[in-house]
Amino acid sequence: MDSKVFDMGDIDIAWCPGCGNFPILKTLKQTLAELQIDQTRLVLVSGIGQAAKIPHYFKTNFFNGLHGRALPPATAIKAANPHLTVIAESGDGDMYGEGGNHFLHTIRRNPDITNIVHNNMVYGLTKGQASPTSQLGFKTPVQVAGVFLEPFNPLAVAIALDAGFVARAFAGDAEQTKEILKKAITHKGYALVDIFQPCVTFNKTNTYQWFKEHCYYLEDSYNPEDRTAAFERATETEKLPLGIFYIKTNKKTFEENIAIYAQNDRPLYKREPDMEKLRKLIESFKSEN
Amino acid sequence: MGKNPSPQKPDATSVVLCGQAGQGIQTVEFLLTRLLKLVGYNVFATKEYMSRVRGGMNSTQIRISSRPVRAFADRIDILVALDKGGVAHLGKRVSSDTVVLGEKEIIRDEEIPGKFVDVPFVKTASEIGNKVYSNVVAVGTLAGIFRIDSALVADFVKKFFSAKASDIVENNAKAANAGYKLGSERANSEKIEFRIEPDDNVTGQIVLNGAEAVGLGAIAGGCNFIAAYPMSPSTAVLVFLAKHAKQFGLIAEQAEDEIAAINMALGAWYAGARAMVSTSGGGFALMTEGVSLAGMIESPLVIHLAQRPGPATGLPTRTEQGDLELALYAGHGEFPRIILAPGKIEDAFYLTQRAFNLADKYQVPVFVLTDQYLMDSYYNIPSLDLSQTRVEKHVIKTAKDYKRYELTENGISPRGIPGYGEGLVAVDSDEHDTEGHITEDLDLRTKMVDKRLTKAREMENDAIPPELVGPEKYKTLIVGWGSTYNVIKEAMDNLARDDVAFLHFKQVYPLPKETPGFLSKAQRTIIIENNATCQFGRLIKLRTGIDIENRILKYNGLAFSVEEVTEKLKELLI
Repeated sequence: MDSKVFDMGDIDIAWCPGCGNFPILKTLKQTLAELQIDQTRLVLVSGIGQAAKIPHYFKTNFFNGLHGRALPPATAIKAANPHLTVIAESGDGDMYGEGGNHFLHTIRRNPDITNIVHNNMVYGLTKGQASPTSQLGFKTPVQVAGVFLEPFNPLAVAIALDAGFVARAFAGDAEQTKEILKKAITHKGYALVDIFQPCVTFNKTNTYQWFKEHCYYLEDSYNPEDRTAAFERATETEKLPLGIFYIKTNKKTFEENIAIYAQNDRPLYKREPDMEKLRKLIESFKSEN
Repeated sequence: MGKNPSPQKPDATSVVLCGQAGQGIQTVEFLLTRLLKLVGYNVFATKEYMSRVRGGMNSTQIRISSRPVRAFADRIDILVALDKGGVAHLGKRVSSDTVVLGEKEIIRDEEIPGKFVDVPFVKTASEIGNKVYSNVVAVGTLAGIFRIDSALVADFVKKFFSAKASDIVENNAKAANAGYKLGSERANSEKIEFRIEPDDNVTGQIVLNGAEAVGLGAIAGGCNFIAAYPMSPSTAVLVFLAKHAKQFGLIAEQAEDEIAAINMALGAWYAGARAMVSTSGGGFALMTEGVSLAGMIESPLVIHLAQRPGPATGLPTRTEQGDLELALYAGHGEFPRIILAPGKIEDAFYLTQRAFNLADKYQVPVFVLTDQYLMDSYYNIPSLDLSQTRVEKHVIKTAKDYKRYELTENGISPRGIPGYGEGLVAVDSDEHDTEGHITEDLDLRTKMVDKRLTKAREMENDAIPPELVGPEKYKTLIVGWGSTYNVIKEAMDNLARDDVAFLHFKQVYPLPKETPGFLSKAQRTIIIENNATCQFGRLIKLRTGIDIENRILKYNGLAFSVEEVTEKLKELLI
C-alpha cells in the first residue's frame, strides 16, 4: 500500500518550516500504509495545539475535538465500533496538561487505541510558554525565572499505571519511529508513544542537535517485560533512552471488558434495542420484586 | 379534620416515615408502595433527605388514595417516627390530627401535638435478633393498619430479601409478621380510621419513579451508550442503565469526570452510537465546553440534567428548577439546542425517548431537564406504551465524495459515520469547510453559522405545544413547566374554578409557537417556578415580549406542596 493514499494533495500546512511535526506526519502515513490500514476504517482523534492539527493533513476519518480531550472520544469511538483503528494524537500540553486526568484514566481503562504524543517540551500554538514536560530552568515569557515545576514524566506515569505498551521515539529518526509505531498500533490495548519533536520556533534549548546528543536507544538485550527495569530506565535524566520501555501483552482491553461484546463484536450502529425485552422490563414494574 | 383547609379528599391518607439515614426508610417506602398498589390503592411517594449516608433526619411521604395521587402534600395523617427528632423535623406538618406511631422509650420526652400510639419497633426487632429489622417491623405495622393480606406481606418481604442469607430472609419475614400483629391490634384498639376503597384497575398498574422512567425512555429511544460521573440526584439513571446494560446491549461507563463523560458521548455518536450523559449542577457546569463542541461539530447528544439547588455544591440532595438558564446558555458561541422538561412520570419516559430522535434528526444537543423531586417521586400509572415510540435513525451510508457539512436548504447535512460506506467523516471543533477541515475563510464562516442556526427554524415547528389543563375559556392562566405539573394540577382541582386554567410546558426551548396565543387570551397570568428568579418567566418575556405579572416562587430546596400552591393561588385569585 502506498502512503500517498493518506495525502491531502496541495494544501496549506500551518506548521513552521523545519517543524518536527512534518517527519512525524510522514512517518505515520508510511507506518499505516505498511500495516495496510484502510483509511475508511481509520479514525484520528486529536485535541488542540500544533500537533493536534495533524488530522487535517491526513486523508482519513477524524475527530478533531477540544483541547485536552482527545482520549475520551477516542475511547468511545473504539467502544462504539471495535472494527475501527483509532489513534489519539496531540501534543504534550494537550495530553499531559489540559488532558492529564484523561491520560491517567485512559491507561487504567485500557481501550485498544494508540496514543501518540508529540513532545516538544513547549507550547507552540500559544507561542512559547512552558509545557508539562519543559525542563527545569527553561525560560519563557511566562516562566521568566525559568521552569521550577518538576517535569512531567509520561513514561514513568504510564509504567506506574501498568500501561500495556510504553515507548518513546524521536521525530528525527524516521526508521526507528516507524518500527515503534507499527508495534504500538498492532499492540492489543492502550499503547503510548511519546515522540520527542523539536520546536524550531519556541524551543531553542531542545533542538534536533540537542536530542541527538541527549538520546540513545535501549540496548537489544533490554527486556521490556521487566516493569521495574522499565521504570528505572524511564526515570533516567542524564541521557534519555528511546525505544519500547514496557510491554504487557495479556491485559484485557476496555472493549473486551464490555459485556455486550462477549457474544459478538457487532458495532453499536448495527444494533437495535430489543423492544420485547423492554416491554417485559416495563411489565416488571407491576410488582417489582 | 385539621384546622388548615385540607386538599385531601376523605378517601385518601398521607403517611410519613421519618428517621435517620441508614435506618432503612427507603426499604419501607419501596415495600409499602408496591404492596399498597398490589391490593389496589393509588400511591404516591416522595422523599426529602439530607446529604449524608448515616444519621441526620430524612422523611418519606406515602399518599394512599382511591383516586390517582401524584403530588407532594404537607398533610400528615400517620407519622411513623423511627427515631427521636422526627416530629420536630417535620415541624408544622404534624398537626393535632396526626397519629404518631413511635416507640415510647425512643421518642421519650419529645412533644407530640397529635395522638401518640406506642409501637415497639426496635424492641420487637431486637427480640427477633437485631434492631436493623425495625424498618420491616414498621412495614408490617402499616400493612396491618391498612389490612393488607398478611400472607401477601410476608411473601413480598421474603422475595425482596431473597438474595440475602436464609436467616436474614427469615428474620425479616418474622419482623413483618410481628409488625403486622402490632398494626392490626392498634388499628382496632386505638381506632385508627382507614377507609379507602381499593380499585381493581390499579392492581395491574406499574409503579416507578422519574429516574426509572428516564432510564426506560433512554432504552426505548435506542440509547446504547451512557457515560456519566456520579452526582446526586442524576446518578440513579446511570445506575438503572448500568443494571440493564448487558440485557439491552448498552455500554454504561463511569467516566473519570464529567468532561470525559460528555466527550465520550460525542465520540460515541460520531462512531454511530446513540449516547447520553446524566448529570447535575456542577457536573453539568463542567460539561459546558462539550455542549459547545456538540454545537460546532453538529453532533447529536442527549443530556439528562437533574437539577438541584446551587450555586456551587448548594443543597446536594434537594430540589430546584434553577438550571434552566444554565441549560439554555451553556456553551460558548451561538448554536441551536432543544430543552425538554418532563412534568409527569410518563413524560420522563416519552420525552427521553423522543430526545434521542430529535438529537439524531437535528444533530443538536437535546436536554431532558428534570430535578430531584421528579427523580425520587414514585406513583402508579397504567403503563408505558411502546407502540407510541419508534427509534428513528438518521445515519447514512457514505459515498466516496461524502462531505460531512454539505450546505443544505434546512441546514441539516446528512450524517455519516466512520466505517459505514466509502466516504470519510471528518469533524472539527474549529470552524470548518464542508469537508470538516479547518478554515479561516470568513465568507464560509458566515455560511456555516447560518447553516447551524437555520436548523432552529424546523426545530421550532417541531416543538411540543404546551398542555392546557382546565377550561378553554379562562380569565386567569397559570403557567408552569417541568416537575410542578402534578402539584399545580391538584391545586387546580382544589380550587375548582371555571375561569382558571393551567398551561404546562414540557418543552421549554425552542418555546412552542402557541405560547403567545395562550398568554394573550388571559386577563391575568400567574407563573409558578421552583426557583428564585423566575427563569422560565424571563424566557417567555424574552421570546414573546409578554410579562407574566404574578409569580409564585419557591427556592428553599423543597418541592411545592399541594396546600402551599392552593393557598398562594387563593390569595392571588381573590
